Amino acid sequence: MSIAEVPQGRLRSPFYSRISAADTVNQWHEWKGYSSADALYCEDTEYFAIRNATAVFDLTPMTKYRITGPDAPEYINRLVTRDMNRIKTGRVAYAVWCDDRGQVIDDGTIFHLKEGEYRLCSQERHFAWLQTAAIGFDVSIVLETEDIAALAVQGPTSFTVLSTMGLNGLEDLKPFGLMNFDFDGADLMVSRTGFTGDLGYELWIEPGKAELLWDALFEAGKLHGIRAMGTNALELARIEAGYLAAYQDFLPADATMRAGRTRSPLELGLGWLVDFKKPNFNGRRALAEEKRRGSAWRLVKLDIEGNKPAHHSYIFAKEKGNKSEIGFITSAAWSPVCKQNIAIGTVRTPHGAVGSTVWVEVFYQREMHWSRAMAQATVVDKPFWFPPRRSATPPGRY
Amino acid sequence: MKTYDAIIVGAGHNGLTTAAFLAKAGLDVVCVEKNDYIGGAAVSRNLYEDWMYSNCSYVCSLLRPEIYRALELHKHGLQVTPYGGSVTFMENGDYFGSYHDPEVAYREMARFSQHDADAYERYSADTMRQCRFIRDFLLRTPPDPTSFKPKDIKELIAIGNKFMEMGEDRMYETIRFWTMSVAEYLDEYFETDVIKAAMSGSGIIGTALGIHSPGTAYVLLHHYMGDVDGNVGTWGFARGGMGAVSNSIAGAFQAYGGELRTEAGVAQIIVNNGRTTGVVLENGDEISARVVVSAMDVKRTFLKCMERSDLPESFYKRVENFKIRGSSGKLNIALDGMPTFPALPEGSSLYISDMHFIDSMERMERAYDDWKDGTWSKDPYIDMTIPTAVDPTMAPPGKHFMSCFVQYCPYKLEGRDWTDPEREEFAKSVIEQIANYSPDFKELILHYEIRTPQDIEDEIGITEGNIFHGELTMDQLLFNRPVPGYAQYRAPVAGLYMCGSSVHPGGGVMAAPGANAAREILADLKRPNTVPENFGDD
Repeated sequence: MSIAEVPQGRLRSPFYSRISAADTVNQWHEWKGYSSADALYCEDTEYFAIRNATAVFDLTPMTKYRITGPDAPEYINRLVTRDMNRIKTGRVAYAVWCDDRGQVIDDGTIFHLKEGEYRLCSQERHFAWLQTAAIGFDVSIVLETEDIAALAVQGPTSFTVLSTMGLNGLEDLKPFGLMNFDFDGADLMVSRTGFTGDLGYELWIEPGKAELLWDALFEAGKLHGIRAMGTNALELARIEAGYLAAYQDFLPADATMRAGRTRSPLELGLGWLVDFKKPNFNGRRALAEEKRRGSAWRLVKLDIEGNKPAHHSYIFAKEKGNKSEIGFITSAAWSPVCKQNIAIGTVRTPHGAVGSTVWVEVFYQREMHWSRAMAQATVVDKPFWFPPRRSATPPGRY
Repeated sequence: MKTYDAIIVGAGHNGLTTAAFLAKAGLDVVCVEKNDYIGGAAVSRNLYEDWMYSNCSYVCSLLRPEIYRALELHKHGLQVTPYGGSVTFMENGDYFGSYHDPEVAYREMARFSQHDADAYERYSADTMRQCRFIRDFLLRTPPDPTSFKPKDIKELIAIGNKFMEMGEDRMYETIRFWTMSVAEYLDEYFETDVIKAAMSGSGIIGTALGIHSPGTAYVLLHHYMGDVDGNVGTWGFARGGMGAVSNSIAGAFQAYGGELRTEAGVAQIIVNNGRTTGVVLENGDEISARVVVSAMDVKRTFLKCMERSDLPESFYKRVENFKIRGSSGKLNIALDGMPTFPALPEGSSLYISDMHFIDSMERMERAYDDWKDGTWSKDPYIDMTIPTAVDPTMAPPGKHFMSCFVQYCPYKLEGRDWTDPEREEFAKSVIEQIANYSPDFKELILHYEIRTPQDIEDEIGITEGNIFHGELTMDQLLFNRPVPGYAQYRAPVAGLYMCGSSVHPGGGVMAAPGANAAREILADLKRPNTVPENFGDD
């Protein structure tokens, strides 16, 4: 009997040959076992490709599960907090799922591929949890991360690029919709989704066609400013879009040791994803109780004065003339597109109501010396960046 | 007849900025513009088929981020995309590139001179030290050194402190820096001719001086002190052309309830008993207001649109003597494709950069000699950009818009007006200069627009087409801009203000003069201030 050794070192995505050929800066990190680029030419250029033209990101390492079987709709609906019955075939939903205590295990997107057939994509790996949650349901859950190559194609010219590639009918695709096309005899699924808050799509195809897809995409995009991008540019874009990142803005509840370090969807500003009208979903009882008694934490999106990013800062509130610490920043950036100093943070209730003022302690270094500023910040409710083109159907050409 | 709180004369980016901040404070504001489009010299014009031309200003760096943010310009369609670096093509077939990545930039300099590559660090620190000094004062009103008002004394102390902070040796250096020529300044660091030539361009752009003329080192600073997202010295393209800047400010202005009127040129600023009460338009209509703010340059404002008898004689004389000389022109070109530059490697990032074609200090100075002789430079300095290399909105896919800023180009040729054949000759000198380095360039040209200083004056209204509304030399800066005693945005007529680039901190698409003027006007009207403070680098 010969036993194959598990792959050693970092895995290579089906797009690796193309990405490494485009790479000029040699900056890589590991993402769920795969080699993933921080940047390929220059972080700024790649970021501005998202906001100005088209940027392409390899999201193959994203964890993907195929959920099928007679009970799949019912199973999914019990798994996540939002009402999945409203997500028709051909639609995609952003969702969170919780443990019994109503604490978020992860967030992700659920694709309703065909009647009763779903794909769940998440940052983290949850096979054990998904199986445990499936007890009593007639469903099949299959890990398909390696079976699907995926690209995010994001930016104002992304529709033009994909149309040029020959995807006819894409103009009718609404945000959170999905369509299937034939690509060189294979099924190419296109969803109007993304992590950038801009006009954009995600492409899903079998790995054998990955390089061909990449080449076709870049050929179609060459007159429309297409560029490959790394994670750094995407990270900035996702903060501007106000999206959360696991292990940064919240911790997966099942992998957290310390009490009080996890968050419920209500505490993450995701109350709109919790549908108490559903008779049953995991964490419902705990969340109903939290809703009745009030949450301990609140996620805040902050518009901070000045231009110094508030990385890792404490957040303060003025109480009885004194400033007391009420929370901290989890993601921060200077937004090049909004020209705003933005951040996502977590504060203790009752602080952090929308429109309220808080203070952020910003530390910054100039020529070895450190300085500290107390910057005033306003709690906002909308994403920092939400251009009209993001939701326009049909989308504009640029 | 309705009386507005304020009339802004001229819908360029500064006029609109003043208008927006006044409207934000709740004032009833009308902004009048002589052309049938807004934007002044920050404009995108559809002059050929589906092409948008940034036909005056063409790149963006100085626009104050504080203003961008306070007026929420991103919500009104403004997006500035930074671009890589610059390249200077050489007569011997080589090129000198400057790159965004500091290590790549270092290696490129070292290709010419190890000494220069290492000297760049000291040059950069010295130049940035001057930037740091000046940047703090961009969104502040210059103090009057002869005044005993607490506000002026406070501001003078602020400047003094900032100056002292530099340390003793640096104070000597600073005084030298503000008065020396860009050539001498660069000589203190670099030995390579092409490197100095490449850097010296920033010292003369928009200025009727040569690289050896005293005062040009400061002009270099004026081009370095801007930033895109905190990267000081970086330049960017406004998506959709420079008109996006003006249009977004106009969007903010209108969102605050302001009123815009185009084809409403001002013939006369009305003065009664030493106070302005409004304006008379070219069509004879009168608009009355408590405050009139001119975004026009000072010569046009005071010499063309006012009665001499309404102004103090010495003030009038000084405005007449204000230096606002035509020194540059433009050639704006629609291209059928991207021209190739065989000197550059295929796919080089330098295709997204500003391109130059003069490789020696000698040639830089010779270009100025032509201007002094009353003609355009036969071997011109060109600051050429192709914004469509990154902007998908300004030309059809695969087609391009090329902006050529050309120096030197006089207002009059040997004292007389330009003729059409001479304008064509001027264009030809630019086209030939570029074609020397790009063999396929000429055949790609679909259309071009020639802009001599005379053309710019006729259309935009800026005296002699001077891009800065007056040269940026020490005698015309800070409390001396536009004239001593009137640097605080107030004209010598009650209710009349200046908000264009003729006032501190000067020209470029910065919006700081407009914002500073708004702050002073709001203070005079005892309204709450809506103008943001400087972010501060420290």
